[in-house]
Amino acid sequence: MPQPLEILIGSMLDHNIALAYILGMCPLIAISTSVRNAKGMGLAVIFVVTLTGIINYPIYLLLKRWNVEHLNLLVFIITIAATVQFLEMFIDKFFPKLYNAFGLFLPLITVNCVVLGVSLFFVNREYSFVETAAFSFGSGVGWLLAIVLLAGIREKMVNKSDVPKGLVGKGITFIVLGILALAFIGFTGLASIQ
Amino acid sequence: MRRKFIRMRYTKWFNISRDGLSRNNPIVIAVLGICSALAVTNRVENAIAMGAAVTFVIIASSLITSSIRSFIPTRVRMITYMVIISSLVIVVQMFLQAYFPNIYSALGAYVGLIITNCIVMGRNEAFAVKNPMKFTFFDGFANGLGYTYILILIAAVREILAFGTILNYQVLPDAWEGWVVMAIAPGGFFVLGILIWIIRDLTNNYDEEVTA
Repeated sequence: MPQPLEILIGSMLDHNIALAYILGMCPLIAISTSVRNAKGMGLAVIFVVTLTGIINYPIYLLLKRWNVEHLNLLVFIITIAATVQFLEMFIDKFFPKLYNAFGLFLPLITVNCVVLGVSLFFVNREYSFVETAAFSFGSGVGWLLAIVLLAGIREKMVNKSDVPKGLVGKGITFIVLGILALAFIGFTGLASIQ
Repeated sequence: MRRKFIRMRYTKWFNISRDGLSRNNPIVIAVLGICSALAVTNRVENAIAMGAAVTFVIIASSLITSSIRSFIPTRVRMITYMVIISSLVIVVQMFLQAYFPNIYSALGAYVGLIITNCIVMGRNEAFAVKNPMKFTFFDGFANGLGYTYILILIAAVREILAFGTILNYQVLPDAWEGWVVMAIAPGGFFVLGILIWIIRDLTNNYDEEVTA
């Protein structure tokens, strides 16, 4: 398998960014109470992660050229905040229908660890541009997969299951996440990613 | 003595520390900043380093925010916090890189991810921007401590079960097989879920189910 394709599949399933690297937990827990909202948030994350990954890559090359790589955190977070702000205005203006579907979640994404995490991971792993793009998109899809699966389970669980009083809410969500993460370990070996 | 203690219970200091440490503990009750809490806690030493780093960033960033709170325009306050926090995180990152290279490589990208740790943002937005510096310092300290001790607790359980050691010092006999699952992500989820269960039952502080 060519390297970018391997990274794409690996980051969706095997090395899922939510279930293997435990990133983006705050929105994952907070928004997974209904499948509809989960889908909106997931789509917004795919969009923003892919875009910021692609934008941050040339910026990182530039930083490297000027020998100020240690500033990458500051620069990445400003890029992400600016991108999110711009996207929100752009979508609100030109695609009002799309804005209703996931525009509400856009401001929350600036502080979503997935977005910054993807940018930091491609630096650590020294990906090329195509690999970065594949990795960003794959991670977004993997996160969507995780939040929609979790929301589906939680929606079914609300009325029908008898959860111990102390576990209701956040507690049982973590147990479900643990079981989901175990299930995703079953994909190990599908694609090697490094 | 007793009267003095009762009077102390009504001071702001007492309330701030109780909020941070137990009643509104950032991890167990508010469930914020879970990413780093689970990703780095398979060894106790990583948990201590992460806890110290986050405590430093919370205290320093909320002190800065608090000292300039009357100059921050409301519309751009988020981005102001972001810039303050990320500059501090860069300092932490360089410090770890220089003095503790082993821990730095074990924590990896998660040091940088302190920026998006919701606790830091949350304390800036909920407390520092409205309160004077002396209370802010104390609030940051209480929340950082509340975060750190939960992290160490989770890490201790995971390290014992996964490797049979604490701080690389062997506590279980050689016959212990070691549960691999505790060293990877699912183990973290299970341990935190069970910890939340125990603490909520002990303190009678139950979560309400949110219906969709």
